[in-house]
Amino acid sequence: MKEQLIQYLAVPMLQIAAIIGVMLLCVMYLVLWERKLIAFMQVRMGPMRVGYHGLLQPIADVVKLLLKEDVVPKAADRWVHLISPIILMIPALACFAVIPFTGTSFEVGAFTIPLVNYDVPALTVTSWVADLNIGLLYFLAISSLGVYGLVLAGWSSNSKYSMLGSLRSAAQMISYEVPLGLSIVAILMLSGTASLVGIVEAQQEAGHWWLFWAPLGVPLLWPQFIGLFLYFVAAVAETNRAPFDLPEAETELVAGFHTEYSGMKFAFMFLAEYLNMILAALIVSVLFLGGWLPVTFGIPGLSELFGNFLPFLGGAGAAITGFFWLALKVFLVLTVYLWLRATFPRYRYDQLMSLGWKWLIPMGLAHVMVTALFMLLRG
Amino acid sequence: MTEVSLPLFLVFAAVGVFGAVMMVTRTQPVHSALYLVLTLFSVAAIYVLLHAEFLAVVQILVYAGGIMVLFLFVIFLVRPPVPGEARWHGGRHVLLSAGLAVILACALGWHFLESAPAAAGNPSALLEGGNMEQVSMTLFRYYILPFETVSILLLVSMIGAIALARKGEGV
Repeated sequence: MKEQLIQYLAVPMLQIAAIIGVMLLCVMYLVLWERKLIAFMQVRMGPMRVGYHGLLQPIADVVKLLLKEDVVPKAADRWVHLISPIILMIPALACFAVIPFTGTSFEVGAFTIPLVNYDVPALTVTSWVADLNIGLLYFLAISSLGVYGLVLAGWSSNSKYSMLGSLRSAAQMISYEVPLGLSIVAILMLSGTASLVGIVEAQQEAGHWWLFWAPLGVPLLWPQFIGLFLYFVAAVAETNRAPFDLPEAETELVAGFHTEYSGMKFAFMFLAEYLNMILAALIVSVLFLGGWLPVTFGIPGLSELFGNFLPFLGGAGAAITGFFWLALKVFLVLTVYLWLRATFPRYRYDQLMSLGWKWLIPMGLAHVMVTALFMLLRG
Repeated sequence: MTEVSLPLFLVFAAVGVFGAVMMVTRTQPVHSALYLVLTLFSVAAIYVLLHAEFLAVVQILVYAGGIMVLFLFVIFLVRPPVPGEARWHGGRHVLLSAGLAVILACALGWHFLESAPAAAGNPSALLEGGNMEQVSMTLFRYYILPFETVSILLLVSMIGAIALARKGEGV
């Protein structure tokens, strides 16, 4: 009973606390990276004053947001106005439960917690909170709930701009969920499982990332590039980022659904947006880019080269190396995300809808068919 | 059910019933919709306790993530309710719905007393090879014709809805 309590209650609690802490820190520095990168692309300096080259700017921003006055419009629905940032935050955080951050698990020997003299038995700690056999569906289901936060925030503010922003977001997120789902189907067919750990293991077994799956053995004929493209475009639209940031289009809607939000509630919405971006980048890395597998994986002769940077640590060294590779991939995907924002102007609303329904969905259907055909040809 | 899942079931069942009662008693339609989402969630949690994870996730994905968002969409676009407009419709409705509830409860109770012990057995024993695999095997191997028929039915109703909505535009 005691072992079970520790294995199924205490360890997941610690994992959840660690994930939340690390992810919030990542969001803070992702914002700084966004400002610095876009400043670089626009030949500016970006934040420079707080700390060396603005390195402490995120901390200053957090303190500012914490101390700001919380303004609620008089005609707002107070309760819904309060819970909508929370509704945005919870799905964004809950999705991290199924993400495998690295492949090898850590072995923790038996030890005693000092002062209270509590004996902890030997444990195996994995890098994921839960490896569900429906992991990918869990991700899709939970992340589809974020739209409630946007819709209710817009409605409860009782303001025209907010309302328009939230109506746009509802239509946009529901439309782009379809190509998002379709782009994943091919990966499910290739892996034969919906568990995210299983998907990376299937790539390990296949000897290459799913992105470089060459059914006919011809290099550069990689059908999953279409899948990656579809997933990425749909994910950018799902997270309401430029060039699909219509729900908060500042040139027309002030700030869209969060016009009437300030202080901590605004910070929550901001956090949820960036958490969803990190999540999208993690899913891209796990599904298409081999998750924790090294970047040289699949190149003949180099596959095992960067598998473990710290061989003297044994299994823990391999785990840390895997984590490093995943983090690198996520960082690169996020950089592309920000690059898009600096490059493309915003879509018009009708363009957004016709792109989603007339281009991405047919492409997604064709992609599923083509992948299935290739799998059959290969036997 | 194991010793852990019984208290959890009671919690989720209580939350579900609470959400359902709040849903029918609110005068603000948006609040009703939110309580309905709460109920859908508790039902999904109960599915998880019964080892039907796939069903739970589909419940959230389809009902909470899709259909209820469209409901909210519609509620936003219709006329906002005037405070105090909602009226008590009198005893007849209460009597009718109470009667229906009693009939439903009797039917369900009879069903469970008669046939449950055999069917309930051990739900986890049904799940050899995973939940999703089981569902898709059953659906696509034994019930492929009804499945496809239902999807054509949905397609027809979808086209019908579009045709009705675009009436008079010369389509």
